[in-house]
Amino acid sequence: MSIRLFSPMVLFLLLVFLIGPFLIIIAASLSAGDTLAFPPQGLSLRWVAKVFTIDSFRDSFAMSMFLAVFGTLAALVLGIPAAYALSRYRLPGSETVRTIVSLPIIVPGIIVGLALLRYLVVPFGFNITLALFFAHTALVLPYAVRVVSASLGNLRSDIEEAAVLLGSSRLGAFFRVVMPNIRGGILAAFILGFVTSFNQVPVSLFLSGPGVRTLPIDMLGYMETTYDPSIAALSALLAFLSIGIVFLAERFLGFSRYV
Amino acid sequence: MSDAYLQLDKLTLAYGDMVAVKDLDLSIAKGELVALLGPSGCGKTTTMRAIAGLLNPASGRINLDGADITRVSANKRAVGLVFQSYALFPHLSVYENVAFGLRLKGLRGQDLDSKVNAGIKSVGLAKFAGRKPGELSGGQQQRVALARSMVMEPKVLLLDEPLSNLDARLRLEMRAELQRVQKETGVTMIFVTHDQAEALALADRIIVMLNGGIEQIGTPEDIYNKPVSSFVADFVGFENVFAMKDRKLAMPNGPVALSAPAPEDAAGLAWRPRAVVLGSGPFQGSVRGTSFAGNSREYLLDSALGPIKAEVDAALPQHELGSTIAFDLPVAAAASLKRFG
Repeated sequence: MSIRLFSPMVLFLLLVFLIGPFLIIIAASLSAGDTLAFPPQGLSLRWVAKVFTIDSFRDSFAMSMFLAVFGTLAALVLGIPAAYALSRYRLPGSETVRTIVSLPIIVPGIIVGLALLRYLVVPFGFNITLALFFAHTALVLPYAVRVVSASLGNLRSDIEEAAVLLGSSRLGAFFRVVMPNIRGGILAAFILGFVTSFNQVPVSLFLSGPGVRTLPIDMLGYMETTYDPSIAALSALLAFLSIGIVFLAERFLGFSRYV
Repeated sequence: MSDAYLQLDKLTLAYGDMVAVKDLDLSIAKGELVALLGPSGCGKTTTMRAIAGLLNPASGRINLDGADITRVSANKRAVGLVFQSYALFPHLSVYENVAFGLRLKGLRGQDLDSKVNAGIKSVGLAKFAGRKPGELSGGQQQRVALARSMVMEPKVLLLDEPLSNLDARLRLEMRAELQRVQKETGVTMIFVTHDQAEALALADRIIVMLNGGIEQIGTPEDIYNKPVSSFVADFVGFENVFAMKDRKLAMPNGPVALSAPAPEDAAGLAWRPRAVVLGSGPFQGSVRGTSFAGNSREYLLDSALGPIKAEVDAALPQHELGSTIAFDLPVAAAASLKRFG
């Protein structure tokens, strides 16, 4: 086979591999039948409508949104100064700090979740919601530090000195000339963190209890008892939500420049 | 100097353990245009950063306009700095860049607007007030940086390599621009450069720095005609520099007498290529290279004194490559160096 035919074919297969499952889920969610199946039996929107009537989904969606928004914000509050320090000052052990910050990406989520459960929640009776919040903050922190660092790396540091010589304090210079120029990176880090947190399963699995669970965990639980297409419908809705967010980010920020 | 406006007193500057500038004494009068000239690593930029307050001295004092500013923080010194990279704020328009410092001073409304507009107009960028720095050429960016510093009415304006990022034509323009600004406002200006031509063309006074200390201070004429050391001589275009001993050239194989005894106190003598006499004299050299430079012709000679660079009128008959010619290093045309090596 010639290379001219080969590479478009590989590309095509790659796209099928990436998009295929998504298309199957959409198709399954539009089924008129009572069980999760592909190809779908008939065509209806009843399962999409049913998603919105399930109370536990609504609660766990709210929990997931809360964790994704505030966990990511907390990670940014910690991560922006950290990224600034790492990129502007030659600190002793800054490579070690970088590595430690990346640990939550490297260490399997199962272990992080188990550790938090075993050593925070069980012995100290730590509030589950708070434990989830800490866990999600820690998980998002590496992305915040990395993306903001990349943004800072593209920014000359002498503009801060210029601001100081024009009468600004060091801190003022950070807010007046650094922050506005890394805004894109911060928004990109927020979106990346939000999506990461929202889709997070293994850590949340250990830290979910009665009444406190994130949406993905709730979906797993739902599937164990009920095998109807509403789970496919919810999956499709969530996928569209993520795509929508990333699309808007790309459209208005050039998201791919930062990730 | 009694009328010192800016005074550095035994200033020592260091990065950690590495001393960049040692015991520097320097006086600059109000309204002077001074060049800090030297090769990279000589401490000129470090000195400038210390004057701006971006670097705390290890020891010594800085006085400005009658006050000790050694411990005054950079944002309260009233010292302007035009960075080599311009350091414009990329997210702000030209107008907002120039307005930045004035807003911090508390200026608002009509006062702010008229000052900003006057500043932008003075550097000829009135049409570009709404543009972002990224949409301007290098020369325009530099003029914005100049306006941004000048609207603050600084006591001293520092410029880091102000001409080195510009092409030859813009360099001439910027040179004129800096001289105009200095003349109109009377601001004390110090610029850092590694380019002797820039320093000679622009400055009232040149401070040549080497290895963290001052090698020579003088007018452009002094520096150009009367370098005090072999380093300065070499830096300003004396291509033939010799150490002296007992009023003779100190050569590895023993002293060589010149056509006249050298001045008693000369540690070295230096000749520009123009000062070398070709066609007569006590020395012999063979022509290794020759190049035509418009009005003149340059020769590179191999001789017992080592390579000699000479430059003569192009109208004179040309010497062939490989031919042996007599030459002289006239003592009267040499610069007498107080320090060698």
